[in-house]
Amino acid sequence: MKIHEYQAKKIFQDFGVEVPRGIVADTPQSAANAYSELGGSVAVVKAQIHAGGRGKGTIKEHPDQHGVELVRSTQETADVAGRLLGHTLVTVQTGPEGQVVRRVLVEEGCDIARELYLGIVVDRAAARPVLMASSQGGMDIEKVAAETPHLIFHKAFDPSVGLMPYQARKLAQKLELAGTSVRAADRFMRALCRVFVDNDCSLVEINPLVVTGGGELLALDAKMNFDDNALFRHGEFAALRDLSEEEPAEVRAGEEGLSYVKLDGNIGCLVNGAGLAMSTMDLIKLHGGEPANFLDVGGGANVHQVTEAFRILLADGNVKAVLVNIFGGIMRCTTIAEAILAAYKSVGFNVPLVVRLEGTEVQEGRRILAESGVNIIGAEGLTDAAKKVVAAATA
Amino acid sequence: MSILVDKDTRVLCQGITGNAGHFHTKHCLEYGTKIVGGVTPGKGGSEVEGVPVFDTVCEAVEKTGADATMIFVPPAFTADAILEAADAGIRTVVAITEGVPVLDMVRVADVLARSSSRLIGPNCPGVITPEACKIGIMPGYIHKSGPIGVISRSGTLTYEAVWQLTSLGLGQSTCVGLGGDPIVGSSFIDLLELFENDPATEGVLMMGEIGGTAEEEAAAYISQHFSKPVAAFIAGRTAPPGKRMGHAGAIISGGKGTAADKVAALEAAGIVVAESPADMGAAMQRAMGRQ
Repeated sequence: MKIHEYQAKKIFQDFGVEVPRGIVADTPQSAANAYSELGGSVAVVKAQIHAGGRGKGTIKEHPDQHGVELVRSTQETADVAGRLLGHTLVTVQTGPEGQVVRRVLVEEGCDIARELYLGIVVDRAAARPVLMASSQGGMDIEKVAAETPHLIFHKAFDPSVGLMPYQARKLAQKLELAGTSVRAADRFMRALCRVFVDNDCSLVEINPLVVTGGGELLALDAKMNFDDNALFRHGEFAALRDLSEEEPAEVRAGEEGLSYVKLDGNIGCLVNGAGLAMSTMDLIKLHGGEPANFLDVGGGANVHQVTEAFRILLADGNVKAVLVNIFGGIMRCTTIAEAILAAYKSVGFNVPLVVRLEGTEVQEGRRILAESGVNIIGAEGLTDAAKKVVAAATA
Repeated sequence: MSILVDKDTRVLCQGITGNAGHFHTKHCLEYGTKIVGGVTPGKGGSEVEGVPVFDTVCEAVEKTGADATMIFVPPAFTADAILEAADAGIRTVVAITEGVPVLDMVRVADVLARSSSRLIGPNCPGVITPEACKIGIMPGYIHKSGPIGVISRSGTLTYEAVWQLTSLGLGQSTCVGLGGDPIVGSSFIDLLELFENDPATEGVLMMGEIGGTAEEEAAAYISQHFSKPVAAFIAGRTAPPGKRMGHAGAIISGGKGTAADKVAALEAAGIVVAESPADMGAAMQRAMGRQ
């Protein structure tokens, strides 16, 4: 689960990770008021969307307006907020369709001496969280990792112990921090690691982390993702979720216990199991088609869930044909066959349907479909299924 | 011969009184697995499918001599269940549960590193030595005893692969689902080591997927230390970066974990990589023929 910068900064503050003073606004007037309240001569107006790349991103309706802008008066603040709010920001991460800006964060300007980078993720191989630091703040960190990996430093830490002060000191040295900044970095880094562990994060990232002229550290940006599997012990995060940032079909699928990811192609797929669902997408592509989605109905899907799955698939106007690929293990092919017929009755299929069944009770499942009189294209094996659905989608 | 489990393995089910635990205990018993006990705190003294239920794993081990366990408890209690099994001296711990928080697994992995227990999973279909012992949720009948070891990060894709092998007349020594989470108890390399030392295994088929670098590490290991033929398939060639493909572990992030990188690493190690998921069994056949 992703949250906004302003929400992440609130959590940072609660854990003693220092951030610039800022106020969230959802109208140009309240943005202007925020500028006055901050009281400085310079402020920054930042569009609040989940995607990154906002500084370089531009507004669809005002191509000269970027997602992050320096302002020097209440009027300028209101103008910038007016061009951002309710308009669509397109960044490298949003795709060409962009994302509507519903809130802006107005923040006091700060005295930037240096820009650094800090990030925390779980390192799978080490089976530990790892704090990453780089002197190349403000840059695209993936590019830094690819081109100058020696400029990124890592320290894995035990979540039960937290980052130790010596680990923070070592990183501070690598970042060429000196004097009071070393102690500031120690406090800052250890607090950030507590943010990561105590909130069950999957990602915490600050880019850039600013060293001020006075040697203090400030999180100029804040990115925070939570581990979806740990949300059960953080009921308070429900209030932070912004459904307007998520694909509506993916939200609906999630509510039904289905795992769905929308893609750009025209062949809908309904599969049991994540690995097989990914492989089915690959198979379609291999035979010249384009998958419209990833959809895993899970191992124990019932008639209701399969019906909902069809509803979601067929609501996508791009879908020209659907491939059902089921390897019945615990799930019986007869259950799937009955679910397909129930879905046909309640949803109605307006595109060709190719069904490939294998596994438990397969003969009986195929017989149910054949005798139903419903127009279904049966397939034997994966290759046959892929060829038939690609042909159906292009016909 | 086989790895991890055989016809003499004595198995517990943690969470045996829950729906999934009960259902799969029944199916494992039908397959011929020696399920000797179940564990549900507070339900000790009862029976499920004729199997005695105990309050603690420790007590269950004392009374039944169990040396393996399959875990079906809810995600919030899975870390506790795994560590309880390890504490009781269980040799092979198979965690089926999906949805365990990743930081729970960080802590579990740390403790298990100092124990003699081997964890398979979580979020996995389990382990099966065909015609001898099934610990998990896979359909037993698609398997057939034979010379191929199978290792996979996913469930139904493994069934697909096993079915292709069986249809081609290639039976399996042992099939292991590693699990679809970012941190799992055992890696491809851990299992490859066991298969290398198992005389009954003549070749290995591995199914990987996008996310992480486990397949690249396996490829490096195979080129250095593995003497038997290997075939592989990587799921997710068409997955877009930044999107989680069902499994918590199946996500391309930070430019790492792409299918292309994995396929290149595997091919460079001399492994036969199936381009299509329809071709996994045939790829294994080709790898065996190369010898």
